[in-house]
Amino acid sequence: MQAFTTLTALVAPLDRANVDTDAIIPKQFLKSIRRAGFGPYLFDEWRYLDRGEPEMDCSNRPLNKDFVLNQPQYQSAQILLTRENFGCGSSREHAPWALEDYGFRAIIAPSFADIFFNNCFKNGILPIVLPAETVDRLFKELVDGYQLTIDLQAQTIATPSGETIGFSVDENRRYRLLNGLDDIALTLQHADKIKAYEAERAKRAPWLFREA
Amino acid sequence: MPIRGIAYLLVRDGTPRVPYQRETNMAGKTLYDKLWDDHVVHTEDDGSCLIYIDRQLLHEVTSPQAFDGMRISGRKPWRVARNLAVADHNVPTSGRAQGIADPVSRLQVQTLENNCAEFGITEFDMADIRQGIVHVVGPEQGATLPGMTVVCGDSHTSTHGASAALAFGIGTSEVEHALATQTLVQKKAKNMLIKVNGKTGPGVTAKDIVLAIIGQIGTAGGTGYTIEFGGDAIRELSMEGRMTVCNMAIEAGARAGLIACDEKTIEFYRDRPYSPKGEDWNMAVRYWEKLHSDADAKFDKVIEFDAAAIKPQVSWGTSPEMVLPVDASIPDPTQEADPVKKQSIERALQYMGLQAGQKITDIKLDKVFIGSCTNSRIEDLRAAAAAIKGRKKAASVKQVLVVPGSGLIKQQAEAEGLDKIFIAADFEWREPGCSMCLAMNADRLEPGEHCASTSNRNFEGRQGYGGRTHLVSPAMAAAAAIAGHFVNVAEEA
Repeated sequence: MQAFTTLTALVAPLDRANVDTDAIIPKQFLKSIRRAGFGPYLFDEWRYLDRGEPEMDCSNRPLNKDFVLNQPQYQSAQILLTRENFGCGSSREHAPWALEDYGFRAIIAPSFADIFFNNCFKNGILPIVLPAETVDRLFKELVDGYQLTIDLQAQTIATPSGETIGFSVDENRRYRLLNGLDDIALTLQHADKIKAYEAERAKRAPWLFREA
Repeated sequence: MPIRGIAYLLVRDGTPRVPYQRETNMAGKTLYDKLWDDHVVHTEDDGSCLIYIDRQLLHEVTSPQAFDGMRISGRKPWRVARNLAVADHNVPTSGRAQGIADPVSRLQVQTLENNCAEFGITEFDMADIRQGIVHVVGPEQGATLPGMTVVCGDSHTSTHGASAALAFGIGTSEVEHALATQTLVQKKAKNMLIKVNGKTGPGVTAKDIVLAIIGQIGTAGGTGYTIEFGGDAIRELSMEGRMTVCNMAIEAGARAGLIACDEKTIEFYRDRPYSPKGEDWNMAVRYWEKLHSDADAKFDKVIEFDAAAIKPQVSWGTSPEMVLPVDASIPDPTQEADPVKKQSIERALQYMGLQAGQKITDIKLDKVFIGSCTNSRIEDLRAAAAAIKGRKKAASVKQVLVVPGSGLIKQQAEAEGLDKIFIAADFEWREPGCSMCLAMNADRLEPGEHCASTSNRNFEGRQGYGGRTHLVSPAMAAAAAIAGHFVNVAEEA
């Protein structure tokens, strides 16, 4: 996994609440058995005027010019600013895969849905929760070329006006993201504890351990 | 900690005890606290825990990349028998003998079969009578049991909480993590109790209860919580009804929903294929009987509902919280003070092609879908069949799909003659799968079509590009198919 340390990047505003993972990456693209290549289909139904299908070449599809990611000033944006409950609905990790493949590395919102929030950390994307008033202020401040600098080590966001906004991430998640660590390898360092747990659990719940 | 030390903690009077438990206060525990404490393998300094996973369910959509990861790293499943796989999202619900027409879907289903064969995981394939929707199959087989931790790469894993199991949806990275380690790194959620007091009125089902709850607390109302559903109206529900309620906990933002174990739970699991047998059964039951919140348990939040005040529900918008009683009218965005909510209502009305003030009973339907992990169990099919009362679908309704949750439910329904009732009403009786709940197979809406659906999500495009979903109970869906528009099933009942 790609580590996340600091990021200075353009911000794209997606001014909608309750953006669900079906909207982030529609179901037909979930038929892929690969992990890469979802970026062109990110927000497919909002981004294009036609109906998207898996493996479609998106270079000649008709664009919805009103959609924020199609506006020239937000090309190359790596930070998404959005509203409450972002990523609700389906658990599909294809949603952070699509955001990451498109180029987003950080998402700022007043709140996220739990599963999506968790999935972001597995894919080098930093979801940042800020108070709704602060998010509202960032939306109002946002002008063409608006950039933010995010420092995960310091847990701060620097705005163009020189303001510093603090945020917080669980220590364990922050450590893994800062170092781009593989969760499974870290967990397997506790293999002895897992085995000890199984041994004592087998005594109190033997019916779970009758497998051949 | 040496194993002998742990064993000492456990056996004394034969009562299961919890090792690693840090809290020493004597306050009662919630059901969630009990399930959590029973599965903690290790606690990190920041409070995140390594949680043991008793059961993983796998399906074709969210598992291929996890198996790839296992292959790349050369890892083997930690406990292969704790995994059970079934293809459900992509499978056709008709013409199965011809296989899957869509090559992309076919490859995904074939990939699950290949992966299960390679890693030694039991899979119910399309020809197996046990095949069906993963969240229907788990309890039906006794593969998900009370007291278990259950995960699946699917947000509706919350369904299994109806059996007093801690069950939640995960992403594909976590599917791989659970495969490789039989654990997940988790942070404990807060405790919420939703009590539905009293008795529901005629025509009001589990689906109406949970839709009314979501309408009240919103799609983020349960974010960060595990919701336990309690109260007389919940106790009164069958296991099928309880699964419907817990299934939609995720639509209220909660990863997990829970309902305490009682006699109905225990009876439901008696003699299921994967249920414990003989002395194991007796021991399991003694443990399961403790799976309820203590009388003095502390919840971070308690919300109460009056069951008698809940009416049959119909969603009108593009989020499950956009739901109203069937006798209500479509909301007027100009009456909404909050600008973000106002914009959401306007956008939803535009997408749905509805007018503020329009009566819900005036919404005309093009298609009807009865199925999904929310409402495809035998009780749901019986309720839908009962609502038909010898009539036929309205001529204006193009298609009514009835998709049972599993091959065994299909068999049971046919034994009861329900299939004949549906077919006589010009409904289509299909093979089991997720079908038009998310339209990954050939069953889908066309742009602009309104559908009365017993599924769980009414997001834009969920049931097909441009499709317009109205979430309802099976009885409401069947009644709407007959009338061609929504009707107040409370008056008909």
